[in-house]
Amino acid sequence: MALHRKNLLGIRELSIDEILTILDTAEAFKEISRRPIKKVPTLRGRTVINLFFESSTRTRTSFEIAAKRLSADTINISVSTSSVTKGETLLDTARNLEAMVPDAIVIRHSSAGAPHQLATICKTSVINAGDGANEHPTQALLDALTIRNHKGRIEGLQIAIIGDISHSRVARSNLHLLTKLGAQVRVAGPATLIPPSFDKIAEGSSGSVVTTTSIDEAIDGADVLLMLRVQLEREASAFFPSLREYSYFYGLTAKRLQKAKKDVIVIHPGPVNRGVEIASDVVDGPYSLIYEQVTNGVAVRMAVLYLLMGGSQSEAVREVNR
Amino acid sequence: MDFVHKFQLMDVAGINRALSRVASEIVERNRGIEGLMIVGIRRRGVPLAERIADKIAELEGSRPPVGTLDITLYRDDLSTVDIKPVVQGTELPDKVEGCTIVLVDDVLYTGRTIRAALDELMDFGRPRRVQLAVLVDRGHRELPIHADYVGEKISTKQSEIVKVMLEGYDDVEQVVVVETPKQ
Repeated sequence: MALHRKNLLGIRELSIDEILTILDTAEAFKEISRRPIKKVPTLRGRTVINLFFESSTRTRTSFEIAAKRLSADTINISVSTSSVTKGETLLDTARNLEAMVPDAIVIRHSSAGAPHQLATICKTSVINAGDGANEHPTQALLDALTIRNHKGRIEGLQIAIIGDISHSRVARSNLHLLTKLGAQVRVAGPATLIPPSFDKIAEGSSGSVVTTTSIDEAIDGADVLLMLRVQLEREASAFFPSLREYSYFYGLTAKRLQKAKKDVIVIHPGPVNRGVEIASDVVDGPYSLIYEQVTNGVAVRMAVLYLLMGGSQSEAVREVNR
Repeated sequence: MDFVHKFQLMDVAGINRALSRVASEIVERNRGIEGLMIVGIRRRGVPLAERIADKIAELEGSRPPVGTLDITLYRDDLSTVDIKPVVQGTELPDKVEGCTIVLVDDVLYTGRTIRAALDELMDFGRPRRVQLAVLVDRGHRELPIHADYVGEKISTKQSEIVKVMLEGYDDVEQVVVVETPKQ
């Protein structure tokens, strides 16, 4: 069993088998984080660079902890303290980093396609930790792991993705993943924040996508609610009249939650805007799995690092497979 | 790849007798089952550990706890194998501190698997003592490791493979020696 690719750039190009390989490996890795000594030697001597052009708490820390629990060395570069502020281009930064012979570069960038561009010039494995509004593959994988842990499956589940869909890389990666695994996805949000032709993502998969502008319609009978953050830093607020109105029409409240299945689970990629897309009592309530998602995130990233770097490096390079 | 069948080393009764003897030797050497934990190394060490624990239960009237060890992440050859082995996880029933741990594996060969298992075990704490039980010891050690309890000891050529087949995992229960065909 292996992931026959050098990079993890998105969910879109992954096969069902590859997705299941990552999820099964992550499942086995969860136990390592519960050991007295939370470290195994498998990636000893490998170097992982976290190159973050956007702010992040969870994802960057999660990748760093994941690499360290596998004994890899990690280096974090955040743009505010790097030569990017002196005008260095992304590709020049990458070439310089690669000259120091790392084994993987984890990149987050505000432009869609930045990791893909990096992957074309780098021999190093490139892992997408979020590129613009395109994809955030490890987030979708950890969401799927969390759902599978609680529901035992993905296939046939009614899953609602609610909120700012157009700016959301989490929504895109999740739509690809969940439909590949056969979920019935409902996408809901203000009409201005739902891209046209989104239902086409499910084409060729065993799942389906329907879009609606009514949150109550999306919640009705749902097994899983995936709430998305209103991305204020991407000026999402220009697409609806006010945050208060957004919260009134699209915020998840305890009352709205009652329309879902009795054993509904609520997930959110974080950071949460309490009282905007989700009420505080729902965040802290019994259906919320927000912190379990974070725990699962470490296991998923350990699995991705292991599967991309665990085997022979020359083999990985030979099978350049973007 | 097709293997050339050479001979059968053990049949069902032979495996059963060997496990019974190993179980009674474990109890005898440790004077009972106080603080004893039997830990099987994935994959075939796991059913063997369970069966040894069952036999100890018959002798002593109570069954020692059984754990499993997945040594994939401690292997020294990961960078040279192309297909990454499936990681299935380690489960130990209790703290290892102060325990006498009997590691169980099907075949003892180079000793590298046991080296990995010892490293992993030590990451869980400081067992009082670690012993090793194997169904077959086929020689060719590459590390200074020996087994405390051995079902059957044979000398083999390095081109030969000792296949342990167990009920629940394989069609027939037996141990056979096969050889890779000459090119």
